[in-house]
Amino acid sequence: MATAGTLSKESSDAVSGSSARSRALSDGFILGLITALLLIWLLVIVAAPLATLLVKSVQNNKGEFVGLANYATYFATPTLVASLWNSFWIATLSTAIVVPLAFVYAYCLKRTCMRAKTIFLSVALLPIFAPSLLSAVSLIYIFGNQGFLKSWLMGAEIYGPLGIVIAQVFYCFPHAVLILTTALALADQRLYEAANALGTSRIRTFLTITLPGAKYGLVSATFVIFTLVITDFGIAKVIGGQFNVLATDAYKQVVGQQNFEMGAVVGFVLLVPALAAFAIDRVIQRRQVSLLSSRAVPLEPKPNFVGDAIATVYCVFIGGLIVGVIGVAVWASFITYWPYNLTLSLRNYNFAEFEAAGWAPYWNSIAMSSLVAVLGTVIIFVGAYIVEKARGLPTARNLIQFLAMVPMAVPGLVIGLAYVFFINAPWNPLGFLYGTIAVLAINSIAHFYTVAHITAATALKQIDPEFESVGASLKVPVHTTFLRVTVPICTPTLLDIAVYLFVNAMTTVSAVIFLYGAHTKLAAISIVHMDEAGMSAAAAAMATLVLLTALAVKLAHILLDRLVFGRLQAWRGR
Amino acid sequence: MSPLPSCRSKPSDTTSGRYARPVRDASAHRVLFATSRVSMATPSVALHQAVEASSDSVLAAAPSPPVHVRIVNVSKRFGAFQALKAVDLEIFRGEFVCFLGPSGCGKTTLLRAIAGLDPQTDGLIFMGERDVSSLPPADRDFGIVFQSYALFPNLTVAANVGYGLVNRRLGRKTINERVAELLATVGLADQAAKYPVQLSGGQQQRVALARALATSPSLLLLDEPLSALDARVRVRLRDELKSLQRRLGLTTIMVTHDQEEAMGLADRIVVMNRGEIEQVGSPSEIYSRPRTAFVADFIGTMNFFDAFVAGSHQLQIGSLVLETREAISAANGQRVRAGFRPEELKIAEPGSGSALVGRVRDIGFHGGFCRIGLELDGEPLVQLAADVPAQRLRGMTLAVGHPVAFSIPPEHVHVFG
Repeated sequence: MATAGTLSKESSDAVSGSSARSRALSDGFILGLITALLLIWLLVIVAAPLATLLVKSVQNNKGEFVGLANYATYFATPTLVASLWNSFWIATLSTAIVVPLAFVYAYCLKRTCMRAKTIFLSVALLPIFAPSLLSAVSLIYIFGNQGFLKSWLMGAEIYGPLGIVIAQVFYCFPHAVLILTTALALADQRLYEAANALGTSRIRTFLTITLPGAKYGLVSATFVIFTLVITDFGIAKVIGGQFNVLATDAYKQVVGQQNFEMGAVVGFVLLVPALAAFAIDRVIQRRQVSLLSSRAVPLEPKPNFVGDAIATVYCVFIGGLIVGVIGVAVWASFITYWPYNLTLSLRNYNFAEFEAAGWAPYWNSIAMSSLVAVLGTVIIFVGAYIVEKARGLPTARNLIQFLAMVPMAVPGLVIGLAYVFFINAPWNPLGFLYGTIAVLAINSIAHFYTVAHITAATALKQIDPEFESVGASLKVPVHTTFLRVTVPICTPTLLDIAVYLFVNAMTTVSAVIFLYGAHTKLAAISIVHMDEAGMSAAAAAMATLVLLTALAVKLAHILLDRLVFGRLQAWRGR
Repeated sequence: MSPLPSCRSKPSDTTSGRYARPVRDASAHRVLFATSRVSMATPSVALHQAVEASSDSVLAAAPSPPVHVRIVNVSKRFGAFQALKAVDLEIFRGEFVCFLGPSGCGKTTLLRAIAGLDPQTDGLIFMGERDVSSLPPADRDFGIVFQSYALFPNLTVAANVGYGLVNRRLGRKTINERVAELLATVGLADQAAKYPVQLSGGQQQRVALARALATSPSLLLLDEPLSALDARVRVRLRDELKSLQRRLGLTTIMVTHDQEEAMGLADRIVVMNRGEIEQVGSPSEIYSRPRTAFVADFIGTMNFFDAFVAGSHQLQIGSLVLETREAISAANGQRVRAGFRPEELKIAEPGSGSALVGRVRDIGFHGGFCRIGLELDGEPLVQLAADVPAQRLRGMTLAVGHPVAFSIPPEHVHVFG
C-alpha cells in the first residue's frame, strides 16, 4: 500500500517534471532561435556593411590590398585636407553658437516660471521634423541672390561657410535643447537652499551649483552637436556653394567620380569624431548617475517677475527665429514665381513640372518610412526583449547588445557609404536588393537602431523581472506572457519608437542618398535634386510636405496617446 | 496629603492646541508637580520620579534665559492645505529644542519658516528683538543642516566647509584656518581634500554640520539630520551633536519624527500634529504627563480605553471602577478616553487583593522586558498591555491563559477629554 502510494507519487512527479522540461525546452528553443536570427540580422545589417567599408578603404580599385595607401593619398591631396579643416572649424563654430543658445533656452524652460513652456519646447523641437536642408533652403530665400533681406549681409555671401553655420545652428538647436533640458531638469533644491542660507550671490550659486550640475549635459551636447554638424550632408550640399566639407567630399568621390576607395577613406575620417563623441558620452553617462542622491529634493523654480519676463523675451526671440526660418520655406513654397510673381498658388507642388519622378518620391518616402516604422519597431522591440529578459545564450545576447549600440556612433553618411559598398559587392547574394525600397528601409532601420533600442530596453527594464517567472510557474509559454503582458504594458513605448523611426526615415538624406534606385527616389533626395537644378521653390514645397507629414504623424501620436491609450492604460492609475 | 491639583488644564486648553504662552504654562505645571508628587510616589516609581523632579526643579530654579526665537501666530498655507495653524512658540537662548511629530504635521514647515526658506503666510518671527519675518535667509542668523546633507558634489570637503566664508569675502588665510578648525571639531581634519562622494554618510553629515557652523551662527537648524544614517552611526552622531551643542552653547532646533531621538537630545520637545502644537515640555514631562491622547500615543506606548465618568476621581469601565489621582473635569456619565503606560500596570499574585482580575492573552519578549497582553475578566473588549522587566518576570509564573490579578495606580491614569 505504502509502496504503491510512493510509486504513484513518484511517477506523477516524473510526468509533471518531464512536461515542464519539454515546455522549458520549447520555450528555450524558440528564444534561442529568435536570438540566433536576430544576431544574424544585426551582423548583416550593421557589422557586414561597416566591415566592407573598412576593407574598401585599404584596397585599390582592383580589389587588391594596399594597406594605408588610400589614406596616404587622401592626406596628400590638398583639396581633401582643406575640406577636413573646413569641416572642423565649421563644426567648432556652429557648436560654440548652438550650445550656449540652447543652454539659455533650456534654462528658461526648466529653471524659470515663465508661461507657455510646452509651446516653447514644441517650437524649439520643430526643426527635428524637417530635413536638415530645409533651413538652408529657407536661408537662400532670405539672404540668397534674390533674398529679401540680402542687404542685411552687407555684401557677404550666404552661399558658403556663413550659410552653413547659420543653417546648422537651426538644424542642431533642438538636439542641444533636448540634451540640456534633461541635464537641467534634475537638481537638488537643498543645494540651492544651503547656498541661499549661506548668503551666496546669484552668480556664485550659478557657477558653483547650476553649471557643475549641468556639466555632463553640456559636454554631451557639445560632442553630439559637433558630430551632427561634421557629418551632415544636406546643408552643405544646398547652401555650401564652392565651399567643400567632408560630407560633400564623400558624395563627390562616390557619386561624382566613382572613386569608391577614396569615398571609403572619407567615411572613416568622418567616423573618428563620431566615435570620440560616442565614447565620451558613454563615460559621462556612467559618471552622471552618482551625482544626484536618492534623498535629493527636486528643485522647483520659484516665480520671479523680472527673471521670468527676461526668459519669456528670450524664448519668444529664439522661438520666433525658428518659426520664421521654417515659415519662410513654407511660405516660399506657395509663391508662384519668386521674386517676380508673389501671388500664392500650389504651382510648386505640381512636382511633375520640375522633375520626371513627380510626386512619386513623396509616396516612396511614405512607403519606406511606414515600412521602417512597422518592421523596425517589431524587430527592435523583440531584440531589446531578448537582451533584457531572455536567460540563455549570454554571449549571443551581449553581441546583440553591442551591435545595437554601434549605429549610434556611425553617422548616416558613413552607414550609407558602407551600404553602397556592401550591397554592390560582387560576392554579396543580397545584391539584387540594390535600389529597392527594401534596402532603403533596412538601411534606415540600421541607421536609427540604437535610440529605438535604448528606448525599448528602458521600458522593459521597468517591468518586474519576475513576470516571466510567474508566467513559467503558471506553465504559460513565454510567447503568451510576451503578447499578453509585456507588449500591452509597453504599447506607449512601441508607439514612441514607431513615430521616432517614421519621422527620422522621412527626413533623412545622408544615409539614403547613395542607395536609391531609378524608381525609389525619396522625397528628401528629390529636394536635393530639385535644389541642385535651381528649382528652389519646388524644393521648398517638397520640404514643406515632408515637414507637414512628420508633424501630422507626431500630432496623431500625441492625440492617440492621450485619447486612446489614456483609457487602455487605466491600470497605470493616472 | 492634599489631593493633587489637576496637572492638566481645562479641556479647552488641551484640545485647541493654541497656547498663548505654552512655555510658561508648562513651567508652572512643572513646579506644582515637582513639589507635590514625590511625597506621594509609591516605592517602585520613586526613582523615576526623583530623577524627573530633580531635573524639573533645576530647570524651574534657574532664571528663565532670554528668548532667542519667538514665533507669533505663524500660519502657512500651500494652496488649500493648511500646513501651520497659528503657531506660537518661544525658544530660549542655548536650549536644544526638537520639533517632533508624524510626517505632514508641519514640523519641517515651521523650521523652514524660521529659516526663511519657505516664508510663512501669516504671523511674525523674531530672532532676539529683531523682526525677521520678511527677511531673506541670508539676512537671518542661522546655520542649517539638511537630511540629504546637500553637500556640493563638485567641491572638496574643505571648499564645502569654507563656502559661506568665501561669501563673506574673508581672506584666504583666515578661511583656511577656520576650515581646519571646524574640520578638527567634527573630527574630519584628514579628509579636507576629498569629495563628498568619497565619504560615508556619517562623515558627509559632519561636513554639512561644519559648513553650517562655519559662519558662527547663533542658531542651528537641523532638518532630520540623522534619519538618513544607519542605526549605529546615528546614535554616535547624536551624542556628538549633543556635546558639541553644549560646548558651543548654541541654540538648536531639530526636526525629527523619531521620538527616541527627541527624548535623548532635547531640552524641550515641541510635539506637533496637523499643523498645530500639541504640547511643549521636557522629555520626561511629555512622557509622564501627556496633555492629549495624540501625544500619549505618539510618545511611548499607552493603553487606551473608553470609560464613563463616575465621579471627580472615578472612571467606570463596564462593571469596574477605576480610581484616578487627577480630577476629572468632564461631567458624570460622560464618555471619555483614558489611558496609562504599560509599565505602570502592576501584576500581582492571584488573591493578593488587587482590584482587577484577568487572563494572560499573550507574552512578547522584548529583551529587557516582556510585554504581556491582558484580557479583563468580564470586559473582553478591553485589552491591555503590561511591561514587566525580564528580571521580575523570572519570579512569576505567567503563561498564556493563566489568570492574573493586577492594579493600575491611580496617579498614572490619564484622562483625555
